[in-house]
Amino acid sequence: MFKVIDKSIINADEMVLNMGPQHPSTHGVLRLRIITDGEIVSKVEPVIGYLHRCFEKHCENLSYEQIVPFTDRCDYLASMHMSHSYSMAVEKLMDVELPERVEYIRVVVAELQRIASHLIAVGAFGLDVGAITPFTWTLRDRERILDLFEMLCGARLLYNYVWPGGVSHDLPPNFIQKTHEFLDYFLPQIDEYNQVLTTNKIFIERSADVGVLPLDVGINYGVSGPSLRASGTSFDLRKDEPYSVYDKFDFNIPVGEGLMGTVGDCWDRYYVRVLEMKESAKIVRQALDSIPSGDVHEALPKKIRPKKGEVYSRYESARGDVGFYIKSDGKNIPQRLKMRSPAYCNLSVLNEISSGWMISDVITVLGSLDIVLGEIDR
Amino acid sequence: MTSIVDSLFNYISFINIDMNILLLFAIVVPGLILFILMALNVMLSVYFERKVAAFMQDRLGPMEVGIFGFKGGKKFWGGIGQIFADTVKLLTKEDIMPANADKFLMTISPFIIVIGALLTFIGIPFSDGLIVSDFNIGILYIIAMSSVGVIGVILAGWSSNNKWSLYGAMRSAAQIISYEIPIGLTLLLIVIVCGSLQVSDIVSWQANHRWFIIHSPFTFIAFFIYFISVIAETNRTPFDIPEAESELVAGWMTEFSGFKWSIFFMSEYANMLIVSLVASFVFLGGWLSPFTIINVFPHNWLIFDGFYWGIFWLLSKAIFLVFVMMWFRWTFPRLRVDQLMYVCWKVFIPFSLANLFLVTIWELIF
Amino acid sequence: MSISDILTDQFKDSVEFSDQQNCLFIKDPSKWDKISLFIKNDKRMKFNYLMCISGYDLDDGVNLGLAYNFSSTELKTYLEVRIEFAYLTHIPSVTPLWRAADWHEREAYDLFGILFDNHPDMKRILLPDDWEGHPLRKDYITPEYYKGMPVPKDKSYWE
Repeated sequence: MFKVIDKSIINADEMVLNMGPQHPSTHGVLRLRIITDGEIVSKVEPVIGYLHRCFEKHCENLSYEQIVPFTDRCDYLASMHMSHSYSMAVEKLMDVELPERVEYIRVVVAELQRIASHLIAVGAFGLDVGAITPFTWTLRDRERILDLFEMLCGARLLYNYVWPGGVSHDLPPNFIQKTHEFLDYFLPQIDEYNQVLTTNKIFIERSADVGVLPLDVGINYGVSGPSLRASGTSFDLRKDEPYSVYDKFDFNIPVGEGLMGTVGDCWDRYYVRVLEMKESAKIVRQALDSIPSGDVHEALPKKIRPKKGEVYSRYESARGDVGFYIKSDGKNIPQRLKMRSPAYCNLSVLNEISSGWMISDVITVLGSLDIVLGEIDR
Repeated sequence: MTSIVDSLFNYISFINIDMNILLLFAIVVPGLILFILMALNVMLSVYFERKVAAFMQDRLGPMEVGIFGFKGGKKFWGGIGQIFADTVKLLTKEDIMPANADKFLMTISPFIIVIGALLTFIGIPFSDGLIVSDFNIGILYIIAMSSVGVIGVILAGWSSNNKWSLYGAMRSAAQIISYEIPIGLTLLLIVIVCGSLQVSDIVSWQANHRWFIIHSPFTFIAFFIYFISVIAETNRTPFDIPEAESELVAGWMTEFSGFKWSIFFMSEYANMLIVSLVASFVFLGGWLSPFTIINVFPHNWLIFDGFYWGIFWLLSKAIFLVFVMMWFRWTFPRLRVDQLMYVCWKVFIPFSLANLFLVTIWELIF
Repeated sequence: MSISDILTDQFKDSVEFSDQQNCLFIKDPSKWDKISLFIKNDKRMKFNYLMCISGYDLDDGVNLGLAYNFSSTELKTYLEVRIEFAYLTHIPSVTPLWRAADWHEREAYDLFGILFDNHPDMKRILLPDDWEGHPLRKDYITPEYYKGMPVPKDKSYWE
C-alpha cells in the first residue's frame, strides 16, 4: 500500500518525534528518534547505550569462571545461550574435550531456553500489535519452563549453569519425566496461539507486507537468526557448522516463505519463531530419549589458564548469531573479550526497513526483530 | 406513555409555588439521577472489565480488596471492594498539569465529553415510558448528542502540549467523525422501515411486527455494520488506535490525572452503555421480552412482559452487548489508522448505502 | 589455492598470513580499502557477511588493533583480518561495502578512539555523547566527575 519515499523530495515540514527510553512498547530502554512527515516515517534513528554496563571492561578484570554470571546478564531472556556460547569459546581456546552427557544436557537446556525466549518474542509481538491476551497465555506457558529450570539449577531467569568445562549441577531425578509432561502439554498450545493470533485477519493486515527485509540487505547488515531466515535462507549454525551434538538430531529449519504476504515481512519473522518452537520441542525429546550417563563434573578444569591466542566462536542463540572473540595472553583473566550480539546488528537494519511506513508500523517492525537491550548495550 | 419529566411534574404540581420552579425541579432531579447512574455504571463496568479480561487471560483479576471484611469468595467475586478502592483513589489523586499546558482547556475538556454523554442519556429509554424526555426526534437527537464528544477529545489532545497526545487526539477525531456516517445510515434504515424517529414508536413497531434484527436480511446486515461502527465510535479495540497503549502510552488522555481521568473513564463507559442501549432498543426489541421475538404468543400469556420486566430485558440486552465489546477488546489486535479509515470509507459506507437502497425495495415488495 | 595464497599473491607486502594465529595481518592500514574490496568481490572468496569488528589494545602504550571476522554465506568459508597500528592512525571504513560495519566501527571509535575515514555518521554509540576518554584502552583512568556527579560512588571497592 505504500511506496518508500524518495528521501530527496522530503520537504522541511518534518516532525522529530522521540519515542523515549521509557515507553510501554520498545523492548527495553531504547530510544528512537523518528523523523516523520505527518504519519509517514522518513527516518528512524535508534539511540542505544542506556543499559551499557561495561561488560567487556569488567571481563578484563575477572577470571574465566567468574565471567559466566556476567554473560547471563547480557541477554537476560536467553541466558543459557549466552553462557553456553561463552563456555564453548573458552573450551575452544583450551582444547577441552567434554563428556557426552554434558553436551546432551547443554542441548536440552539450550532448546528449552529457545522455546522460552520465542514465547516472549511471540507474545510481545502480539502485544505491540494490540492483542493483549496471547501475551498472557505465552507467559503462562513460559512459567512452566522456568519451573523446570528452577528444578534444575535453582534460578528462574539468570542461571549461572553452563560453565566452561561442564555444567554446574546434574539433572535432578524426575527432570526428564517432567520435561516430557511439559512437552505433551505445550505442543497443543501452539495450535491455540495459531488460532487466536497467527490466522487472525486483523493481525495479518497489520503485519503482512510490512517491513520487508530483502535477503541481500539482511546479509549486508549482518542480520542473523530467525529474522534472516524469514527472508528465505536456511542459514542456521546448528546445521551449517554443527557444534556440540547437534549433528545427531533430526530437525528442520523453518524458512520464511511469504505465506501471507511478501517473503521477509513481519508475519514471516513471527511465523518462523512459532515453527522454531515446534522444532526445538522435537530436539528436546530426541535428546532426552538418548541421554547417556556419566559424570558431569569430570571435565571441569581446576584452573582455567588458556595459552596465548585468540578464538572467535559462533553460536546460534534465540536471536541469531552470537560471537565471542576472546584474546588471551596466558593469564587467568582474558586480555580482551568481545561479545558480538545478534540483536545489535538486527537493530541496525530498522532504519532501512521501516522508512516509508507509518509510526504504528515502526513498532510492529521493532517487535518482529525481537531485540533485547541487555545484549545490545552489554 | 408520558416521560419521566412530565410525570414528575404532574406529581409535584400540587405544591403552590411558581410553575417554572417546579419545572426546574422536575428537570434537575432526573438529571442528577442520571449522573449518579453514570457514576455507578463506570464503577461496575471497570470491575466487570477487569474480571472479564482476567478470565480470558487465564488468571483471576482483582481478588484481594474487600469491603468491611467481606472479600467475596475465592472463585469469582473476589475483589468486590476494588470498586470503592479505585473510586476513592482516583478522586483523591493529585491533579498534575504540565507546565506549558493550556490550563483552562485542560480543565474543561473532560467535562465537555461527559456532558455529551449525559445529554444523550436524556433520550434513551429504560423501559416503557421510563425515559427522561420522549422527543419526537428521538433517534436524531441521540446521534447528534453523541457527536459533542469530539470537541472534547480534540481540546484534550491539544491542551496537553504533548506531541503524542496530539497524535492521539487527531486520530480519534478523524475516527469518530468518519464512523458517524455508517451509524447514521444504518439508523436511517430503521427509520425508513418504521416510519418515525420517536423511540417509543420504534419499539412498539417491533412489538407489533417483529424485532428488527430478523425483519429482513438488510436490517440484519445493518445491525452488524452498526455494532462495529459504534465500537469504532467509542474508541474500543480493534479501533483503539487513539489510545493505543503500546504506542502512545494512553493517547490523548496521557496528561490527565486523578479526577479528570475518572471523568474520561466515566464518559468512555457511558458511551459504551449508550450505544449498547441504542442497539438494544433499535434492533433487539428494547424492553420487549425475547418471547415476543416473532409475535407468536398472544399478549395475555405468561411471557414476562411488563413495566418492571422491561427494565430487566433492556438492561440485560445492553449488558450483553457491552460484554461482547469487552470480549472483542481482549481478543483482537488493533487496526492501523489507514486501515481503519479504509474500512469505514470503502467498506461500510458503500454497504450501508446499498443496504438503504435495497431495504426500500424490500419494503415495497413485502 | 587457499585464501592466504590468493591474498599474498595479490597484495604482496601489505599483507601477511599467520598460520599460527589463522588470520591475515594487514601491515599497511591505508591499503585496507582496496583489500576489503577485493575480499568482497573476488569470485574465489566472496566474503559477503561481516560478523564482528573488535578493537583491542596491545597493552604496550602505543598500539591498538582491529580484528574483523568475515564469513562467506555461499562458499562457507571464514576469514579473520587484523590491523595493528599506532594511536592516531586513520583507518579506511568498510561501511560502504558491509553496512554491518556501521555500528561496529562506531563502537570501536567510542570505546577505543580508533578514527575511521568515510564513515557516514561517526559519533559515540554506547556512551553519552559528551563523555571524555575511551574506556576500553588499558591506560584509561575513570574520571572523577561527570557533569558534577561523582563517577565512582564508593572507591573502597577497588582501592
